Amino acid sequence: MVKTVKKISIGLVMLFLYLPIIVLMIYSFNSSEFLGVWEGFSFKWYAELVRNAELKEALYYTISIAVLATIIATIIGVFVSVGLYYSSSKLKKAVTTANYLPIVNPDLITGISLMIFFVILRIRFGFSTMLLAHIIFDVAYVIVVVLPKLMHIDFAQIEAAMDLGAKRITILFKIILPQIKQGILAGALLAFTMSIDDFVISFFTAGNRATNLSISIYSMARRGIKPYVNALATLMFVGIILLILLINKINNEKEEKGRLLNYE
Amino acid sequence: MSKKYNGIVIFYGVWVLILIILPLLIVFAISFIDGDIYDLSSVSFTLDNYKQAFSKNYFGVMTKSIWMALECNIICFLIGYPIAYIISEMKSKNRNIMVLLLLAPMWSNFLLRTYSWMVVLGNNGPINSLLKSIGVGSVQLMYNDFGVILGMVYNFLPFMILPIYLSLTRIDSGLVEAAKDLGATNKNVFFRVKFPLSIPGVFSGTTLVFLPAITSFVISRLLGGGQYILIGNLIEHKLVVQQEWQVGSAIAVVLMIILLAFLAVLRKVARNKLELSLW
Amino acid sequence: MSRKIAIIGLIIILFVSFVFTGCSGNKKVLNVYNWGSYMDPDIIEKFEDEYDIKVNYREYPTNEELYIKLKSGSGDFDVIFPSDYMLEKMIKEDMLAKIDMDNIENYQYINDRFKGLAYDADEEYSVPYFWGTLGILYNHTVITEPVDSWDILWDEKYSKQILVLDSQRDSIAMALKRLGYSLNTTNDDELEEAKQSLIEQKPLVLAYVIDEVKNMMIQGEAVLALTWSGEAVDILDNTEDASYAVPKEGSNLWFDVAAIPKNSPNKEEAELFIDFLTRPDIALQNTEWVGYSTPNAAAYEMLDEEIKSLESYYPSDEVLDKCEVFIDLGEYNNIYGDIWLDVKIAD
Repeated sequence: MVKTVKKISIGLVMLFLYLPIIVLMIYSFNSSEFLGVWEGFSFKWYAELVRNAELKEALYYTISIAVLATIIATIIGVFVSVGLYYSSSKLKKAVTTANYLPIVNPDLITGISLMIFFVILRIRFGFSTMLLAHIIFDVAYVIVVVLPKLMHIDFAQIEAAMDLGAKRITILFKIILPQIKQGILAGALLAFTMSIDDFVISFFTAGNRATNLSISIYSMARRGIKPYVNALATLMFVGIILLILLINKINNEKEEKGRLLNYE
Repeated sequence: MSKKYNGIVIFYGVWVLILIILPLLIVFAISFIDGDIYDLSSVSFTLDNYKQAFSKNYFGVMTKSIWMALECNIICFLIGYPIAYIISEMKSKNRNIMVLLLLAPMWSNFLLRTYSWMVVLGNNGPINSLLKSIGVGSVQLMYNDFGVILGMVYNFLPFMILPIYLSLTRIDSGLVEAAKDLGATNKNVFFRVKFPLSIPGVFSGTTLVFLPAITSFVISRLLGGGQYILIGNLIEHKLVVQQEWQVGSAIAVVLMIILLAFLAVLRKVARNKLELSLW
Repeated sequence: MSRKIAIIGLIIILFVSFVFTGCSGNKKVLNVYNWGSYMDPDIIEKFEDEYDIKVNYREYPTNEELYIKLKSGSGDFDVIFPSDYMLEKMIKEDMLAKIDMDNIENYQYINDRFKGLAYDADEEYSVPYFWGTLGILYNHTVITEPVDSWDILWDEKYSKQILVLDSQRDSIAMALKRLGYSLNTTNDDELEEAKQSLIEQKPLVLAYVIDEVKNMMIQGEAVLALTWSGEAVDILDNTEDASYAVPKEGSNLWFDVAAIPKNSPNKEEAELFIDFLTRPDIALQNTEWVGYSTPNAAAYEMLDEEIKSLESYYPSDEVLDKCEVFIDLGEYNNIYGDIWLDVKIAD
């Protein structure tokens, strides 16, 4: 009985979360260009996707910046978190509070302030400025997730290791990182989520060179978003779900192997 | 002992100073200016922008935003905590996939999913069609508080679930076993062991939901039918539409201070009342 | 584990280098900055092929965002497409380069009616791109009375079935015109009256929208909407139930124009591009794809009779005479902005 309640609750929440996604996907096959009225099945929006070179460029920028920023920000964020974990209270307090600024501030302020800042420094706008902007806020999110996880580590373990003469690097890789592995992954996921869909900050730090999907989509606001955007979103989404399932399958197989090996 | 790590903290301190604080100082400076920001010679110091920021109208906007963000936060907590709990009790391989599935909708474009909600919630949409067919009649689900809060909850729920889930899974199973061995009922195990230990996660979730919810402007514009002017919309209007960067910056600075103060209070409460070191 | 990282790293490097091989090297580059969905991608390709110039095509959502990007100097663009009032503002702030009209041979094809208007009287900075009117889109199966006055948008009969544009100048224009004033007025009393009437209208308004207009009219969520002619035509193409009208009190005639920013690094190519866009066959292709009215008389001639006869698309001179073009209001821009903010905050 309790089990069914649990299953239903999860099911409902998943339904809630996926409802607009399903709607979005359904309308990518709508022959009408308008949302909300179904006029028949059609692949024409997918066909239009193939023609559209600008959208493809936007897609490449979106994914490459999201992936790069996530990886770099996670690495920086984890190391900074560990550093903060070890440090004294005054500096730590100041830095962690300041770290909240990108999260607390409206995107618009972060975006425009960075734009002005880069202009004053005469930095050339493009891929690198957009990437840097993403890394800045991604690191903040990673730290917010990873730092609390570090608090759960039993410091006694570290003390013991140090007493036994372990080097700091060993402590880091053998004791600390394994215990916060979940936190690191969560931080990376969060950073990726924030980066893949950013419009405001990306728009103002892009200059005339870079772009991304969100910019292309928001720029359609005056004319109305044509369903080929739905088609692209559908393809991306299906791709991501397949990727998730694949990764999960690989992980499960590894676990199976691990378990079998243990029995030998 | 940790000289090496203090180096990293100094590195990040410098990073934060140059890349986060310095740009914000520019905004701070602009908030005290009267005159054309592109023509620095015409510029003079003034507090007028702050006078405007504290005007009755704008302050009303601020309180409305905080109130709605709070509602969103509470709902996210009421739904999110149980879900996080259920997932944390699942088998390890199922848990991971669940977390990914929770976040995946957030990887689609924000505008697109908000438009999709507008289709779902519309007076001629599926929900109202269902309601009409069972005789309840159509209900206004959009362009009101319900629609805006729904939109907010939708976009922030995963960010509440994730930190809570993380803190729940970190709880040493040894503690739970010990409690049970000592005769604790399941209810006690939860309320006296698990829940208290998961509070840092709740706080994390709150900062990831409450703060961004206050400054969001797309949800209130689309699902609120342009009739909900929240602080995010106000800042956008001043900064982009009216190009009044001076006033816009002042409003943003006031907001920043309020939110940072909120964080500081949160941290102090956690430390003093709950003996928790949040960060 | 480290192998996985290496593979991921490799994929990333390949991916990123793929993006960068897009960089053309020695070819001339033209940076075009336009609204979303506002130019047939095929036209861009045609230009690239004909002139061997790589077009770096980027998009922006509103005039104001265009202005910020340009003014801040965060990137150099060669061709931009501001609206009339924004063009004027940019001219006043010396942000644009004068176009050498000798290089725009195809300018001759632009309808004379659309040349030398208030926002660029000396025809030095812009070439008209698309134009339209502001009017009322309505469901004529539900609304059986004649729709010829702005008053209908204040009619309590249609409470909560009215959509108004979330665009300050357009919506304030609606209020001003209804009261018989100019939509460029700087008279404080007139503006106050307009503001009050907008606040009066608020309870009847379902929502303040921009592009959602189309979806909502098609879904039947509303029966009346303040919108632009180009958007209306989209709907008219798709349903028998809708009509578009420009009220008798007059309305707004708007233009989006092609212009060249002052620090354009490729001015020659920019003028080439603008000239190309004004070529009758290209303008024809563009208007058919974008769906907005073309100011190009030669292209107009080549349109289907059906399209030419659509009153909403190409209104009669009688209608056009009643319309005003937006001009930049200088200081009053902020006042209009504050009025609009007050209306939206009002209860």
